[in-house]
Amino acid sequence: MSAPAAQTSRQGTGRWSELMLVLVATAIAVGAYVIVGLGTDGDLPERWPAYAIGFAGVGVATHLVVRWLAPYADPVLLPIALALNGIGLAMIHRLDVAEESVAAINAVPIPAREAPGQLVWSLLGLVLLVAVLWLVRDHRVLSRYTYVTFLVGVTLLLLPLVPGLGVEINGARIWVSVLGQSFQPGEAAKVVMVVAFASYLVTHREALALAGRRVLGIDLPRGRDLGPILLVWVLALAILVFERDLGAAVLFFGVFVVLLFVATERVGWLVVGALLAALGGWASYVLFDHVQRRVSSWLSPFSDPDASYQIIQSLYGLAYGGLLGTGLGRGQPDLIPFAESDFIAAALGEELGLAGLMVIILLFGVLVARGLRAGIGVRDAFGTLLATGLATVVGLQVFVVLGGVTKLIPLTGLTTPFLSLGGSSLVMNWVIIALLLRVSDAARRPAPPAPAPLSEAVTQAVRVP
Amino acid sequence: MNRAIRRWSLVMLALFVALLGNITFVQAFWADDLNARSDNRRVLLDEYARQRGPILVADSAVARSVESSGTFAYQRTYPEPELYAHATGYFSWVYGRSSTERVANDILAGTDDALFARRLIDLVAGRPPEGGSVRLTLVPEAQQAAYDGLAGRVGAAVAIDPRTGAILAMVSRPSFDPNPLANPDAEVQEAAWTALETDLAEPALNRALARTYPPGSVFKLVTAAAALETGEYTPETTVPGPAELPLPQSTSVLTNQSGGACGPDDETTLTDALRISCNTALAAIGLDLGDDVLRAQAEAFGYNTQPLPEYNAATSVFPENLDPAQTAQAAIGQFDLRATALQTAMVSAAIANDGTLMTPYLVAEALAPDLAPVAVTEPTEQSQAVSRQTASDLTEMMVEVVDTGTGANAAIAGISVAGKTGTAERGEADLPIAWFTSFAPAASPQVAVAVVVEDAGGDGDISGGRLAAPVARDVMQAVLLREGAQP
Repeated sequence: MSAPAAQTSRQGTGRWSELMLVLVATAIAVGAYVIVGLGTDGDLPERWPAYAIGFAGVGVATHLVVRWLAPYADPVLLPIALALNGIGLAMIHRLDVAEESVAAINAVPIPAREAPGQLVWSLLGLVLLVAVLWLVRDHRVLSRYTYVTFLVGVTLLLLPLVPGLGVEINGARIWVSVLGQSFQPGEAAKVVMVVAFASYLVTHREALALAGRRVLGIDLPRGRDLGPILLVWVLALAILVFERDLGAAVLFFGVFVVLLFVATERVGWLVVGALLAALGGWASYVLFDHVQRRVSSWLSPFSDPDASYQIIQSLYGLAYGGLLGTGLGRGQPDLIPFAESDFIAAALGEELGLAGLMVIILLFGVLVARGLRAGIGVRDAFGTLLATGLATVVGLQVFVVLGGVTKLIPLTGLTTPFLSLGGSSLVMNWVIIALLLRVSDAARRPAPPAPAPLSEAVTQAVRVP
Repeated sequence: MNRAIRRWSLVMLALFVALLGNITFVQAFWADDLNARSDNRRVLLDEYARQRGPILVADSAVARSVESSGTFAYQRTYPEPELYAHATGYFSWVYGRSSTERVANDILAGTDDALFARRLIDLVAGRPPEGGSVRLTLVPEAQQAAYDGLAGRVGAAVAIDPRTGAILAMVSRPSFDPNPLANPDAEVQEAAWTALETDLAEPALNRALARTYPPGSVFKLVTAAAALETGEYTPETTVPGPAELPLPQSTSVLTNQSGGACGPDDETTLTDALRISCNTALAAIGLDLGDDVLRAQAEAFGYNTQPLPEYNAATSVFPENLDPAQTAQAAIGQFDLRATALQTAMVSAAIANDGTLMTPYLVAEALAPDLAPVAVTEPTEQSQAVSRQTASDLTEMMVEVVDTGTGANAAIAGISVAGKTGTAERGEADLPIAWFTSFAPAASPQVAVAVVVEDAGGDGDISGGRLAAPVARDVMQAVLLREGAQP
């Protein structure tokens, strides 16, 4: 792929576009915050100028860091992530306001606000983004310690199962509590595991691409190469069984199979992956009633309205929003359970309508497409797999969680990237953006001036008998 | 690897398109069904959060929302609860809505498409959206007269403007108080609901629209109309009027209330038969015409068609496939015939309006929050029930009933009244039902009435004349003599 390099040198680095788009993202985020104030109080929020200046300042500062540390990076990634993060903050703030008014009516203690904490996590995410860009000057260093990375990933995944450290919240054991501060190590594991998968596959892709038996025109992998995929499969099942985290299990296994397919270009791996997924899915359906409940709530939510309360409220929210939405601050999104976390898409669909939710999905779509494009453009195989893996994590996660809350597929507990309440998820998504910026910077960086005469000289030298 | 990424990106594209397609389905196409579901608290909460528009009778609100300090911003109140309970219905957080509160909900809640432009303006102006109001066709004086006249009784009264079909009075006794059902406290609602459900007198039932009774002698108007329409009968036609009419293919005989014959030589005229409500004469005419002719005439008056379907009014029934004995009984309103008070008033109204039956309606107009009309009900013809000549003949015969017959109690000084009494037997155990239907003034009718009283004591059509006719008279008088009415 030499074409992108030639284009960027003609079109410039895209940094000015990024600055403009950061300002647009600021306008969206601050606009959403202001409209929430108008919609709930009928008045401008008191501190909106400070928020606007702060948001713009942080956005521009991050842009300047990118200009310094990743001057050729894709200019669309940062603004989209900023816009989504800002929309999420506005919605969480809006739900805070709703809970306060409900508490006031019922004369119960007013719950603590969630938005300020999420704002702190957002800033922390941006700090982490800068740190990653500063520490990882070349993404290829990440491929050096394949097995260590893999072990770190597995450890992070299994951390919640350690007695005394892990805590179970809402039926899922995916939290770790240290010194009163709880977080989800699984979110960090997502990024670490993609790095591990990518570096493993870079070195083993040739062997894994060797064809085995040919069935129905598809080359199946050789039996002896099934070890890695079976290992990840068992890991995914372990997440499902011991942590009851269906979404994470689907995500890990899905990303690994996709990377295996991309690394080897063998459709056979997709077939094997699909068979294993079907087997695991069938077994977990038979063995676990929480999986059965999810499926029956998906197929016929209204046959048992109590068991399907969440999805029904989500659908009511979406329906109430209709085409154009009620307007921020004018709906009843607090009727949806977990509206600020798993179901934030339903809350947004209610107040922004079909139109607003489509824009959000399209923003994610562009983000994923830009990630994949970085993977296509970058010159090294590790960079390709890393970018593809990270973009796939975001894309699959968006599909699984949004598909779940809109009754396209069964509900699985996953956060919506950048939008949902939850610090671990938010900061790790910023790390994903940092890595995508890093890979896209390498992809779009003009090729170093080729020492053409020298290479010709070498070629000539070979000709000498 | 790039080829594989491109193929994978197509899969991702498909997944995102599926997401977009699915939310389009949910939010654009499935949304109406989801919003209409009864367990959707969102829609109800929203209705409670905004000021619901009033239901008006003349220019005063009989249902309105006032600001409340409780859980909800507004509370529904009914200033004259029992008088208008069945017309307004109730608006309950727990038990839903009924009658006009249900029928006109979109307007009252402000969600009707007709109010869309105003909603947009409210949104832009930052005003809380407000519901529109609905004006009923009821006339307060007529409603009050019917309500007072039926005090202590179990029954119903309906008055119609025969020229338009507008319902001027609609009363069902006993009545109920819809206020506790709109109370913000769910326990108050529950207690009121339980009391209504367990009351054997069924106060929540709208007897004017939703309960059918055997029509008895008031159905003789339909039989007489069918006879005149054939052209073979005139008011002066001599008809048989024996003391006993043997029913064909049956061992039973049909008798008159008086026990005797209806005239000398067991004969009488059509006019006299109606005047004294002669069973044997009308049954004989019914036998002569056959059940198909009777049914066609009944259906022209509105039987076997649901009136006011949005209010869930009951359909009055003239049954299928009658044998001759059943036909003879049907001709005098017995056997399995069923009629609502509304249906009986519609028969009189059609006769009063030169034979043209106007479709009855209760909602006169829908108004925007600023009282600008957004929808006005235009009177429509339902059917040509009888010819102008038949209508005129029937009117003369009905005037006879009031002037010299069983309906004397409906007479109004200085105004010519046309009427018909009725008493319907309900088997051995139950007391009969008293009916009266009428219109006035006979020359240029402005009001047609039907009154039904359950459990009427006494004998024969006398009870219809004694119990129901005075109520009908008071209602007609209230309409004709109210302020602003043309003399």
